[in-house]
Amino acid sequence: MAVGKVTFTKVEREKLAEVLCLLNWISVVTGTILFGLGLFLRVEIQKWQEVMSEQGILYVPHMLITTGLAACCINFFGGKICLDCADTNKFLRWKLVMMPYIICTFFFTSCILAGALMCYGIRSQMEESLFMGLRNAMRYYKDTDTPGRCNLKRTVDLLQIQFQCCGNTGYRDWFQIQWISSRYLDMSSSAVVDRMRSNVEGKYLMDGVPFSCCSTFSPWPCIQHHLSTSSTQDEQSRQLNLWRRGCRQALLDHYTGIMQSIGLTVLLIWLFELLVLTGVRYLQTAMENVLRLGDPESESDGWFLENSLAETARSNFNIIKNLGKCYQVDDDPNINVPTAAAEEELPSHFIPETRTKT
Amino acid sequence: MLLKITFTQQRRVRLAQGLWLMSWLAVMSGAFIFCLGVYLKTELLRRAEVMDNTEIHVVPNILMMVGLVSIGTNWVATRVCQDSLDASRFPRWKLLLMAWFTVAVLLCCLLLAVVVLSYALQGRLEESLKVGLRNGIRFYKDTDVPGRCFQKETIDRLQMEFRCCGNNNFKDWFEVQWVSNRYLDFTSKDVKDRIRSNVDGRYLLDGVPFSCCNPASPRPCLQYHLTDNSAHYSYDYQAEELNLYSRGCRQALTDYYMEMMNSTGPGVLSVILIQMSVLVSLRYLQTAVEGATALEDPEGESVGYLLEKGVKETFEDVKANVLNILKFAQVDPSAAEGSPGAEDAEKPADNTTEKAASPTPSPAS
Repeated sequence: MAVGKVTFTKVEREKLAEVLCLLNWISVVTGTILFGLGLFLRVEIQKWQEVMSEQGILYVPHMLITTGLAACCINFFGGKICLDCADTNKFLRWKLVMMPYIICTFFFTSCILAGALMCYGIRSQMEESLFMGLRNAMRYYKDTDTPGRCNLKRTVDLLQIQFQCCGNTGYRDWFQIQWISSRYLDMSSSAVVDRMRSNVEGKYLMDGVPFSCCSTFSPWPCIQHHLSTSSTQDEQSRQLNLWRRGCRQALLDHYTGIMQSIGLTVLLIWLFELLVLTGVRYLQTAMENVLRLGDPESESDGWFLENSLAETARSNFNIIKNLGKCYQVDDDPNINVPTAAAEEELPSHFIPETRTKT
Repeated sequence: MLLKITFTQQRRVRLAQGLWLMSWLAVMSGAFIFCLGVYLKTELLRRAEVMDNTEIHVVPNILMMVGLVSIGTNWVATRVCQDSLDASRFPRWKLLLMAWFTVAVLLCCLLLAVVVLSYALQGRLEESLKVGLRNGIRFYKDTDVPGRCFQKETIDRLQMEFRCCGNNNFKDWFEVQWVSNRYLDFTSKDVKDRIRSNVDGRYLLDGVPFSCCNPASPRPCLQYHLTDNSAHYSYDYQAEELNLYSRGCRQALTDYYMEMMNSTGPGVLSVILIQMSVLVSLRYLQTAVEGATALEDPEGESVGYLLEKGVKETFEDVKANVLNILKFAQVDPSAAEGSPGAEDAEKPADNTTEKAASPTPSPAS
């Protein structure tokens, strides 16, 4: 009992082959789109890599890039095959390759699905990475003379200006770190020394923020320093003066938006590939049945699976089991290893004879 | 004949085909010029708030107009090419071709004018930016005055985007009160002293807005007391270069727009080249096909040329024709009464108008 059986006339088979050829070429285009999307995502992540603590996020764009390239190759190959499949003579060339090709395409299509799901699932990992990365970046903000960290000040300033955000969760994060380097602090001044002594770790902490936290929408000149010494009225007005959002939230929103739209596009591409795969499977089975019937002009059946799902699984499992058995008794070429079908066919009295020959 | 070339039938066919392709190329380049004009115009409009006048807009306006006209003209040229090898359909284009040539020459002249203007108007652009920026800086604090409430945001974003400060440099901010009176504590002694020390009663300080700060500076930004070395630790006003943006916004914007217009220069020049080659080829095609139709054997050789007579003679002819048209326009009411007589008298008069400066009076009047 076949799964999804459809009868095809000769004309229908040829039309199916033509349509599949076209669809395969379209899939090559979608493969390049996939590749482009992966490249774009990689570039976007690399732009702000300095404020991300781990580079594991990059496996998402790399996955998209490899599947995109694979899509181009596989569908290009598939286009050629489908073009030949319209004619039974040419199909003979590809007969043996078709089944492995379909299995390959099935695995590759599931990779596309995995890529799409990764785009949606990476949000929590990204949040963690951004939290740690931004915390470190803010901590090393003042280290403009340390090689390897000298660009962090510029990066954080440009980040806060471009994404209109301040600090990790909010502007108060700047109160907890020393963001003015000791090089620019007058150690002879009593005010400075007092501040540093009032702190356990000897850090110069202040209730001020860098200039990049200043909001351009504020109607009055930016107040960066002495932010805590104010009444409630100023609290409200202070809200307007600096960027209210935290940079972690801003970057997360930015990347989530990008990845959601990429994920949606990849899902659509996956559905399209699935459609092409189903069409190729039907074409393969239809052409094989035509060859079995012997008459190229006749109708033939195409199906998804020859037997029901349970039977197919069972027979595949048996094949794999017997493969294992094959390798075990491989050293003696004289043994005629009976398959499950052969054991049923042969009358039982033959079996002891073969056994005595060993 | 000027620059004559002999054309066989095959050569004529080749010329028509090549010209058809080149005309479509010219249509694309017309579209390219139009898009260039639109892009320039949008860029200029984006910063319109810091520009005093719109004189510089003449460059993108001409580009857009030329682009549109060029698309239409070259499309007509493709139609002419298609009909050129068909002897029955070609004659109807005859009158139009004269007008076409004038329009094409006009387009080339306009494009050349655009290239010249983009260099010549640099001074005017600078002037316009100078006045615009000066006003912007002056009204920076007026965030509560309708019509000026966005100046602060505009100037802040401009300074951050173009990495510049002030009009000529950051010292322009020292001469303007950029902190609004609403945010000054008039009970403070410091504020009162500053206001009194100034003739106009303005609160001037040696500080700049935060948007002048340079993120590439290794030191957290110093905005206030910039001229006072003792106000900040390890600070030398004369030696400090990285703290603020050193460029003035007028210079930054002028450089930006000049670079944009200069980079379009080669593109415009190549479009002029394409248009000129279409013009010359079409002229050759027209004369060759007309010559071929006049022959007994239309498939035979014909001569194509640029001008039938020499340059000087053609110029005299054109002048005569123009004067003729003017004369017709002048004496049109009276010519309508005795038109046959007037026309007979016009013919000998034509021969003498070459030398005559003023139109001869018609015998009918």
